Amino acid sequence: MAEMLPIKLTVNGAVVSKLVDPRQHLTDFLRIDLGLTGSHLGCEHGVCGACSVRVNGQVIRGCLMLASQTDGADVQTIEGIFEAGEAAELIAAFVARNALQCGFCTPGMLLTAAEIVAEGKLLDRQEIRNELSGNICRCTGYQSIIDAVEMVLLEKLKEA
Amino acid sequence: MSDSEQTIGASLPRRDALRLAVGRGTFTDDIVLPRMLHMALVRSPYAHALIKSIDITDAKNSDGVVRVLTGADLEDVCSPFIASIEFLPNMISPPQYALALEEVAWQGEGVCAVLAESRALAEDAAELVKVEWEELPAVVDPLTALLAGTPTVHRKLETNIAMIMPIEKGDTKLAFANADVVVEHSFEFGRQAGVALETRSVVADFEPAGRQLTVYQSHQTPYQMQDVYARHLGLAEHQVRVIAKDVGGAFGLKLHAYPDEMAAVAASVLLGRPVKYIVDRQESFTSDIHSREMTATGRLAVSGQGVILGVEVDILSAIGAYSIYPRTSVGDGVQAVQFTGAPYRLPTFKGRVRIVYQNKTPCGAYRAVGQPIGCSIIEQLLDLAAAKLNLDPSEIRRRNHLRSVDMPFKAAGGLEFSNVSLDECLTALLAKMNYDSLRNDQKKAQKRGVYRGIGLATFVEQTAVGAGLYGPAGVRVSAQEGCSLRLNPSGLVNCSTSVTDQGQGTLTGLQQVIAETLGIGFDDVTVEAGDGGATPYGGGSWASRGLAIGGEAARLAAIDLRNKILTVAAAITQELPENLTLVNSNIFDGSKCLMDLSELSEIVHFRQNTLPPGVDFEMNVTRHFVPRDFPYFIANGIQASYLEVDVGTGAIKLLEHWVAEDCGKIVNPLLVDEQLRGGIVQGLGAALYEHCLYDDAGQLLTASLADYAVPLASEMPDIHIVHVETPVSGTGLGAKGAGEAGTLGAPAAVWCAVNDAIRPLGAQVWKQPFTMAHVLQALNSKGSLL
Ligand code: FES
Ligand code: FES
Repeated sequence: MAEMLPIKLTVNGAVVSKLVDPRQHLTDFLRIDLGLTGSHLGCEHGVCGACSVRVNGQVIRGCLMLASQTDGADVQTIEGIFEAGEAAELIAAFVARNALQCGFCTPGMLLTAAEIVAEGKLLDRQEIRNELSGNICRCTGYQSIIDAVEMVLLEKLKEA
Repeated sequence: MSDSEQTIGASLPRRDALRLAVGRGTFTDDIVLPRMLHMALVRSPYAHALIKSIDITDAKNSDGVVRVLTGADLEDVCSPFIASIEFLPNMISPPQYALALEEVAWQGEGVCAVLAESRALAEDAAELVKVEWEELPAVVDPLTALLAGTPTVHRKLETNIAMIMPIEKGDTKLAFANADVVVEHSFEFGRQAGVALETRSVVADFEPAGRQLTVYQSHQTPYQMQDVYARHLGLAEHQVRVIAKDVGGAFGLKLHAYPDEMAAVAASVLLGRPVKYIVDRQESFTSDIHSREMTATGRLAVSGQGVILGVEVDILSAIGAYSIYPRTSVGDGVQAVQFTGAPYRLPTFKGRVRIVYQNKTPCGAYRAVGQPIGCSIIEQLLDLAAAKLNLDPSEIRRRNHLRSVDMPFKAAGGLEFSNVSLDECLTALLAKMNYDSLRNDQKKAQKRGVYRGIGLATFVEQTAVGAGLYGPAGVRVSAQEGCSLRLNPSGLVNCSTSVTDQGQGTLTGLQQVIAETLGIGFDDVTVEAGDGGATPYGGGSWASRGLAIGGEAARLAAIDLRNKILTVAAAITQELPENLTLVNSNIFDGSKCLMDLSELSEIVHFRQNTLPPGVDFEMNVTRHFVPRDFPYFIANGIQASYLEVDVGTGAIKLLEHWVAEDCGKIVNPLLVDEQLRGGIVQGLGAALYEHCLYDDAGQLLTASLADYAVPLASEMPDIHIVHVETPVSGTGLGAKGAGEAGTLGAPAAVWCAVNDAIRPLGAQVWKQPFTMAHVLQALNSKGSLL
């Protein structure tokens, strides 16, 4: 086995120092080493988006990044985002609109959706669909997800 | 406490949704046990080969490896399994083993299992296992599989034909001879994968001192798996407990007993330690059941008025290397032929299905089983006939679909109907979609050289299958569902059910049924499910049964509990039980409130001494329900697709989609609608993208999500829903199933719409999925088709 690498990073606001296997991807590190099982693995080849997490403010695919690359980074997962109350309207809209069934895709979907909402632009339905097309959902057929995101965008715009 | 009235029929969100959304679900891979080992498999790289030798020396010595197991090691731990059906004694079905013994019959069949301290280390070691293979000829093409002289899929089989089933009603020859119009079409249906986003997963925990096996598994039916593990691992049934926590999508593919999962459980029994096995995505594509690989020819005879005189259909269904355990793989082909024309009056019918083995991944039940095939065949034939007669496609359907006056009805394929609302559904659909103006739109577009098509697909869906199917077939799958209710000391109710929920929201539906029937608030009920050792025995989730059957069990249990509550309330208050009611968690005598439920609950739990002698204080009930007076419920409806075909590139753009559906009493419209939409999108995936492609040597070419395309948000249309609600008799609840209707009808609607779009060019597609290449092929070979 290759030599373990030391990394020090912030995960959901807390500093974490660990030794990691150089080949371990970020999602395995979060799930196995830190017990943050809210990020899921649907493919481990970068297509489904279930593993989406935020690294230095950007949503990325945890299965395509090595844990060792996150030395010094600021990582946020669905657990941290929920606890911070950050995407509360979006999460509430997902629940109210039944925009999830099995929920396996949902944490990743919410991260992408939160990024759209944070952009603050009003998108039409097709544009929302395009933005979310990097996250696969096998259960819902997407429409309820589009509805939920649209609801929150319209709400935001009204407030502004 | 919240309002208890009108809970049934309300669009209430699911209690579980928030927990799942924020990542606090417990999927099987989230479970970690002390001393847990991880399993990785060495799988066959060949579609058909002999295993000459296996050298595990290097693997055994690899870092972190605890044990390397071959088929021979597991042979004594796990007995072979053969899928059979008692009333089909002629069905051929080869035995399967947890790990292959001497011969592998599909690319991806497991041959060796490595148990190590982590998954990564197990995979490292798996690469060091040296297998000496002798490649054998692979039978890939279904037609070739049929021919005499073709090698067999397994050396020990004498033929590749699993079964042939003919169905005949009346004299189709005569009907076709007398017909004004006869149309004919050939069909090819691509092999599909189920693709649950969470792959199949199992954590097996055998405790050797007490000989107790606990299996956490991403599965639809823990009860079936308890039976399977007990029988094949030499344990008594009460020594086995299967628990399905949160399940990340299932769609039928998590309904079966897979050899790799059997190997993981057997390894835990052998080693006396917990074993985790998570199928990765590539393994999922090569080892989850596939389905729907069929070719068919269909013929339809109609009168000058467009009335059906006869249907002939001949289907060839290819099911891969084994018949999947324990339910078999023949259902796909059998239902395909049975459902051809099932929504219509068919005076004569002649059908045949031939089911063959081939050296590919085994097939099994995937959402709607063979029903979409039968639907696509008849709907396409009807459109061809309508075009010849210059009839509108909606009109030919109206002239032939079953009506209330036909009820009860036994279809040519054997399907039994007790009620139907196809005429109402068609009317509702056409109104919802503004059919006439859409037709105008289509005409105008065509003048601009834009080819748009409208496709209609009438469907009937077999739901809530009762005691007449698996039991008599000798398959140990229960058709009953159970519900236990217990009043807790706070006056709230805990429900424990055999129904399992993979996101459909069935448990929320049960919660609604219980709350309203009892007379308490929706939030006053919690529902536990998925633990085969702690819930009442039942079937779990398959064939759209959860609410129709499990909901009825819940209703019966709630009635019993309510009666118990009112009886004890009467004893406490010295009133007559028949005068009392339970509303909003309060016990009333007429309009006078006597006590609230929490007060009563306290008495029956802590102050039993105050009760008159002999009064029943046990506030627990368990009820089961199984359909015995009816075989199943047939739900029905019609879908419509509107799309545009780019005749230059062959690209299809879905514009809009509609469905009018009748699933009986609707308990929660919000959840039913999303079941329909999710199902429709899976059907649209089947129509446009999804295809397991193999090369001639039986190598799967589409074993990643980059190669096997599933629908994405960007390509899907908005789906409009209208309900017709005809409660069924046979249960007090009156609900039918709704889980498969979407998947069933959507491909046929698209099929008809594509051909409607390109019919003016004299072209027809015949091969699903309708890729750009195939649409161009159709446009280039116009006129020559059948
Ligand atoms: S698991 Fe990372 S994209 Fe699918
Ligand atoms: S809710 Fe199941 S994959 Fe999206």
